[in-house]
Amino acid sequence: MTLDLPLVWAGLIALSVLVYVILDGFDLGIGILFPFVDSEAGRDQMMNSVAPVWDGNQTWLVLGGGGLFAVFPLAYAVIMPALYAPIIVMLLALIFRGVAFEYRFKTRRAKFLWGGSFAGGSMVATFAQGVALGALVHGIPVAGRAYAGGGWDWLTAFSVLTGIALMVGYALLGATWLIYKTQGELQRAAYRFAWITGTGTLALIGVVSLWTPFLNASYMARWFGWPQILYVVPVPLLVVACAVALYRGLSTRRELMPFLASLGLFVLSFVGLLISFYPYIVPSSITVWSAAAPDESLSFILIGAAVLFPLILLYTVHAYWVFRGKVGATGGYH
Amino acid sequence: MESLDALLPARIQFAFTLSAHIIFPAFSIGLASYLAVLNGLWLFSGRGVFLSLFDYWKKIFAVVFGMGVVSGVVMTYQFGTNWSVFSDRTGPVLGPLMAYEVLAAFFLEAGFLGIMLFGRERVGRKLHFFATLMVALGTLLSAFWILAANSWMHTPAGYALNDAGQFVVTDWWAVVFNPSFPYRLVHMVLASYLTTAFVVGAVGAYHLLKGRTTGQDDSGAATMFSMAMWMAALVAPLQILAGDLHGLNTLEHQPAKIAAMEGHFETRAGAPLILFGIPNAAEERTDYALGIPKLGSLILTHDPNGVVRGLKEWPEQERPPVGIVFWSFRIMMGIGFAMLGIGAWSLFLRYKRRLYGSRWMHRAAVLMGPSGFAALLAGWFTTEIGRQPYTVYGLMTTAESVSAIDAAAVGASLVTFIAVYFAIFGSGTFYILRLMHKPPEPAEPGLPADEPIQAAGLMPGPVLSREKNEAPA
Repeated sequence: MTLDLPLVWAGLIALSVLVYVILDGFDLGIGILFPFVDSEAGRDQMMNSVAPVWDGNQTWLVLGGGGLFAVFPLAYAVIMPALYAPIIVMLLALIFRGVAFEYRFKTRRAKFLWGGSFAGGSMVATFAQGVALGALVHGIPVAGRAYAGGGWDWLTAFSVLTGIALMVGYALLGATWLIYKTQGELQRAAYRFAWITGTGTLALIGVVSLWTPFLNASYMARWFGWPQILYVVPVPLLVVACAVALYRGLSTRRELMPFLASLGLFVLSFVGLLISFYPYIVPSSITVWSAAAPDESLSFILIGAAVLFPLILLYTVHAYWVFRGKVGATGGYH
Repeated sequence: MESLDALLPARIQFAFTLSAHIIFPAFSIGLASYLAVLNGLWLFSGRGVFLSLFDYWKKIFAVVFGMGVVSGVVMTYQFGTNWSVFSDRTGPVLGPLMAYEVLAAFFLEAGFLGIMLFGRERVGRKLHFFATLMVALGTLLSAFWILAANSWMHTPAGYALNDAGQFVVTDWWAVVFNPSFPYRLVHMVLASYLTTAFVVGAVGAYHLLKGRTTGQDDSGAATMFSMAMWMAALVAPLQILAGDLHGLNTLEHQPAKIAAMEGHFETRAGAPLILFGIPNAAEERTDYALGIPKLGSLILTHDPNGVVRGLKEWPEQERPPVGIVFWSFRIMMGIGFAMLGIGAWSLFLRYKRRLYGSRWMHRAAVLMGPSGFAALLAGWFTTEIGRQPYTVYGLMTTAESVSAIDAAAVGASLVTFIAVYFAIFGSGTFYILRLMHKPPEPAEPGLPADEPIQAAGLMPGPVLSREKNEAPA
């Protein structure tokens, strides 16, 4: 049996990115919602609801970057310079976000400063991720084995739209996570946030989905050609199903259902993206196979990944299990 | 060509972000192991002082680790943004090593960090100890994989070149266990332990000096000071031995680096060991050299009349910048021997039973607190600048490695990185110093190790609590 290693790895990298988007998505979303909660105690709770897990969540981003370098070095070498500014901005913003978890509880005088660092860092990092995604969807010109565009190519109306869309989407994940993890006043606020951001997310998913096919003829053919349309039509139908579940969960005050429905929306949007991209890893320039490292490299990591992925899953689930339940009104080891 | 212009800011950016980063993981490698030891000692001995020290250093570890994480993410992406040609060509070799670091080490750390920091009363002390061990193991695994990658760039092995100009692997065992890897790994892990020991020792000495705890040999300050001095006494000589072996390995694989470190321009038999001097690259000689005859040859070749190659053996464009390598090597060595001295002094005082009473010793220990970081950076400067002009030694130059991006873009991001790092890590250092300024909590005398910790109230309270079990503030 021969394994199509580049394809297997494309799937695994895609999975890592999806896991990152979902997990760090709700962390970052909580940062985005941070300024909209007035009470100090509420903001402490918001932060404490992710403090024990955010580092693990962000590690998936490191895996995405490191994995791309390992498995698709050519794609890594092309995408990073092409998205130079958004990537650097994201990294800097993640610094502000990450240190705030520790610093904010170390000071009374400058607490508001690190709260601002948490919120601002989360917003900017999310916007930069959305812009980077939009620029990638838009396409990256390549000559030889290097990026062939300019330093500002990433900035388009479409990429700004995807930046905003991701901010609203992460805020929805954050809001529904808070519904699940908190109670009382903060939970009521989270329900309100979820109504607004849920509606915004659905509207933006619609706009981005309708715009995307017009960016590239191959996207158009993939989504509206016959008979491909038969294969892709379940995606929008499932989006509608998730939207229904989200609104039902919110109006009947269910605690977990809104979060799961929001996750569903992200998974489906991501699947939609993969449908558009395939077989390219850098749209219309580099395919999964031409970007892949030689099989010796792919199989070497695959062996490790086969052992380590289940272990990672095991102790990640374990960590979430240990910190299950509602966030206390007070707390922190600080 | 614009990529040539981007070379200098890209190099400065890499040197700056990496230097800022390496401080934190080096400290967390040492602290994680120290915490595991403290946790273990508390479980086995039941002495409250170990628990109070664990909780004391745990808070500092959390800040250090956080800074390491956020500065580390930058490194993962910087290869691609600034060094894309390098990434494309070395990705098949180095990428998997870094992927293993993420898969084996980072997730392990992240998966157990929350439990280690917040979860003792949620999981019980045994599982909590296990979590502490896993975090320590994660830091060591991380060092293993990243140093394998770094060492391969110094002493590439087990590779071939493909049609696209990429390095591809023919033998993974040879790639991972490349010739300089074992030496570099040992040298770096010992450096992390020593660095941490001197920080811990300085904090202990500081509180002994402030006199809040003198007279009690089992106070937190005395205990951490004593533990740190044991580490200094035992590890400093080991580190000097490991450094010597690492140097001999470098002589075999990167003789030009050794020539720069030693300040040798001429190839000669019976070379002196130059203690001080001013390397003059333009005139190709070391001015005002003060040396010990024949000792250079003796150390490097184990023969007083052995031949030591000088920088003139290599064409000018293949020589590393000699001045900075020469000086940073001396800074590292000087600190190393000062550490050895502190360790020996502590043994003497311990023998005289005056370890907790000697104020001069404590002052010296406080002064030496940050020395490990200086030595660590000086050592990395020596090895990384000493391997110039190459990224992959002898095979790919630094100039070939850089991305074809605007110098202005790299310059702008460099300035931003510098401003942000000083603000963020400056604040972090301030908070760490403030934590260190407080003495460790006195141990609860009547706390047997087999009773629930919650009852003792040493933890201020869990970060999360289940509905039925609201946390006490």
